[in-house]
Amino acid sequence: MSYYFTEDHELFRSSLRDFFQREVAPNIDQWEEERKTPRHIWKQMGDMGFLGLGYPEEYGGSNLDFFYDVVFCEEISKLYSGGFAITQLVVQYMAGTYVMKHGSDVLKQKYLPGIISGDLICSIGISEPGAGSDVANIQTTATRVGDHYIVNGSKTFITNGVYGDFIVTVVKTDPKAGAAGVSLLVIDRNAEGVSARKLKKLGWHSSDTAELSFDEVKVPVENLVGHEGQGFYYLMGGLQLERLVAGISGYSGCESILQYSMQYMSERAAFGRPINKFQVLRHRVAQLASEIEATKQFVLHCCRMHNDGHYAVKESSMAKLLATELSDKCAYQCLQFFGGYGFMEEYKVARMFRDSRVGTIGAGTSEIMREIIAKMVIDDVSYKAAATPANRPAAPRPKPKPDARAASSQVRQSPASRGMNPPEAQADAPMQTSQMDMGRMLAGIQIKASSMDPLGNTLKLDMGGEQLFIDGKGDTNEVSLEDAAADCTVSLAPDDFQALMQGDLNPMTAFMSGKIKIKGDMGVAMKLQHLFS
Amino acid sequence: MYYFKEEHQLFRASLRDFLKAEVLPHLNEWEEVGQLPKTIFQRFGEMGYFGLRYPEQYGGSAADIWYTVVLMEELSKVNSGGFGASIGAHPFLALTHIYAVGTEAQKAHYLQKGIAGELIGGLAITEPFGGSDVGAMRTTAERVGDHYIVNGSKTFITNGVSSDYLVVAVKTNTAAKHAGISLLIIDRDSAGFRARPLKKLGWHASDTGEISFDEVKVPVRNLLGAEGQGFLYIMQQFVLERLFLANGAIAASDHALEYTLQYMSERSAFGRPINKFQVLRHKIAQLASEVERTKYFIYHLWERFEKGDYIVKEASMAKLLGTQLSDRVMYDCLQCFGGYGFMEDYPMARMFRDSRLGTIGGGTSEIMCEIIAKMLIDGKGY
Repeated sequence: MSYYFTEDHELFRSSLRDFFQREVAPNIDQWEEERKTPRHIWKQMGDMGFLGLGYPEEYGGSNLDFFYDVVFCEEISKLYSGGFAITQLVVQYMAGTYVMKHGSDVLKQKYLPGIISGDLICSIGISEPGAGSDVANIQTTATRVGDHYIVNGSKTFITNGVYGDFIVTVVKTDPKAGAAGVSLLVIDRNAEGVSARKLKKLGWHSSDTAELSFDEVKVPVENLVGHEGQGFYYLMGGLQLERLVAGISGYSGCESILQYSMQYMSERAAFGRPINKFQVLRHRVAQLASEIEATKQFVLHCCRMHNDGHYAVKESSMAKLLATELSDKCAYQCLQFFGGYGFMEEYKVARMFRDSRVGTIGAGTSEIMREIIAKMVIDDVSYKAAATPANRPAAPRPKPKPDARAASSQVRQSPASRGMNPPEAQADAPMQTSQMDMGRMLAGIQIKASSMDPLGNTLKLDMGGEQLFIDGKGDTNEVSLEDAAADCTVSLAPDDFQALMQGDLNPMTAFMSGKIKIKGDMGVAMKLQHLFS
Repeated sequence: MYYFKEEHQLFRASLRDFLKAEVLPHLNEWEEVGQLPKTIFQRFGEMGYFGLRYPEQYGGSAADIWYTVVLMEELSKVNSGGFGASIGAHPFLALTHIYAVGTEAQKAHYLQKGIAGELIGGLAITEPFGGSDVGAMRTTAERVGDHYIVNGSKTFITNGVSSDYLVVAVKTNTAAKHAGISLLIIDRDSAGFRARPLKKLGWHASDTGEISFDEVKVPVRNLLGAEGQGFLYIMQQFVLERLFLANGAIAASDHALEYTLQYMSERSAFGRPINKFQVLRHKIAQLASEVERTKYFIYHLWERFEKGDYIVKEASMAKLLGTQLSDRVMYDCLQCFGGYGFMEDYPMARMFRDSRLGTIGGGTSEIMCEIIAKMLIDGKGY
């Protein structure tokens, strides 16, 4: 029984599965050998309506809920070939999504129908030889000259970069600006000046991975995705989805390889009995199955958050971290069940083992996941702890019993006590927050705002009842307490504003964790980084 | 998110206030004494905490399972495994059976007074000769007229010394294995009922008894349900017990992490708070992720439990993972405290030792793996 998939989802699953078993599974060994998956298979999938599940109907998509995508990611990951799976996962969930979410109508018309029909294959170009996870530090530049950008630089580890049709490329349109200078450009693979070198890899043999170089590549301005300078923000949103997909792919791969192993263990005999009767192996299977089930349910929970529109950065990062690490553990232990056969290519487990290994590296390494999680769990907790006493409901009442209510009203305690802390631990806990002195705040932000370049727009910081208005249209940024409509409104809690001002809270982290909500022109908000640094 | 509504959170807040006012100030003393005073059970009764799941006719609130989950979580966050065990054994182990299969007369007495906190129970299954191997138990109950004559012994029984009665698994038919097991309610004041408190590594605030029955006369009306059905009854409640243990372990882990993070933000070394050291940050990130995963797995299973799904395998998985994780969390958190982690002035030492029983009580990790393996590999159902 499932709490996420309806009967319709399951019908879709079985038709997708049938297709994969008929058209894909028998050919994968060959595609792995050839180091290339033929195009016709994507075209066939497009014809069947398997592509563009969540894409709008006007471009040929099906506009379905996210759990159809979950089914797609699950099933494509159960064919014992990471290379086959990643090709289309990149197209549908890691590259095409930027065009769909942020692209102009022209751009959408140009590229979306092709990736939904299976005619076009695309890539996402983020990593460079000199920068992987550190996106703000990329070196590829796009200089505006008339109606074109001139792109120079290089990208590496680009899936579909050799045989694909276009690359959603992360470039610096303003090399001085750090994260705020990042933009996304769609670059055609066969544009003059684009060249690719096919990389040899440990696994993922049926997919192509490229090192790309851009030498004075002329890209029409209409190929800019969304707005200049907002690429980093688009990526932050897109990477959430990428991590969820990695999570789904991770647990599904685990499920399939464990199933495959259990089948083998029931057939293989040693010392006069099937090896699935040996207690040590049985317990290993039980442990793995438990971890897979828990991880799956957690990833599905994260998918539900995504489907419901929650910006679940922490959870998605946790999902990606746990599922990909489990996949390596699972592949390693399952290979062991096969003994010497595990090392031979005639069983699928060798391929699963090597294909799994990139999971903890691609789409943000495990170390980057832990960095993100640590920032949100550790640096956040101290604020939460500080805010707790003041924010506690004054007289909470229990629901269940009338006499319970009477008793709870007698209960008194010091609001500062956290119950178990030894006194010395409490003494220097940060306590002073919520009382805000608007005047002092105004002075502080005025100093910072006047020392930076004018925003060029108006920005309002809404703190629920109190607000700061920054008018950056003149020569300097003017700060006032005025409550007027602005190009961009940034909403946040007073405590978080204070933390931002004191440099205790990173604006990007705060945005990603939903503490800051932004309405209006995102480009203005991107400049907040300077205001608080 | 998704599982608790505002009313549950209000209940949580008021329960927290209650625990802070009436439990936390006394915990150190109770840990020293080695058992809980009757008065705290009475207060739990007065507050309505024992009757959350039970019908109103017995004094309960007939509230949904999430209230009970909140209770279980908060009991696990006061940092005394013994307190949670002793308070929890009464409603979650003893009353569960009386409610499930008891007669009206039994419910009128044991359940009603139990919910009120006036009559406290425990559950006695394990024997010195057999723990998880329930079928091999040796305590016998021989029918003589209107009574059973009970002989044998039980061990590791929470509330075994201080409770008013025990729900005891006995063999009414010694020739049969599982099919010979029945449940009897045996009152503490029965002649021939003796209990000896056991000294333990942790769980100091709870009393754990070794019980002996020497020709104990138990009226036939104290039989729970039908003769020979005891094993089935025990099995039926295992899912609930396992989910409680898993949830408790994860709530305690949550609490340990929160407390450790607080400490790490205040403790400095080499000129900066220790929460700035990357190795420690990544360790916390890993643990927090695993706790979050396991917690939502368990919430998912509570939802399925409430809807009546068959979740024996999944509940066993949750118990296995939750209690294993708790030991790791406590170990790693204690490390973050350095020498202070080893001192009783800080709570980590107690959290560490109290966690250790998790992978043993309520079915060992090995038994969980056996069950999961049988269901998964051999296709067996329970």
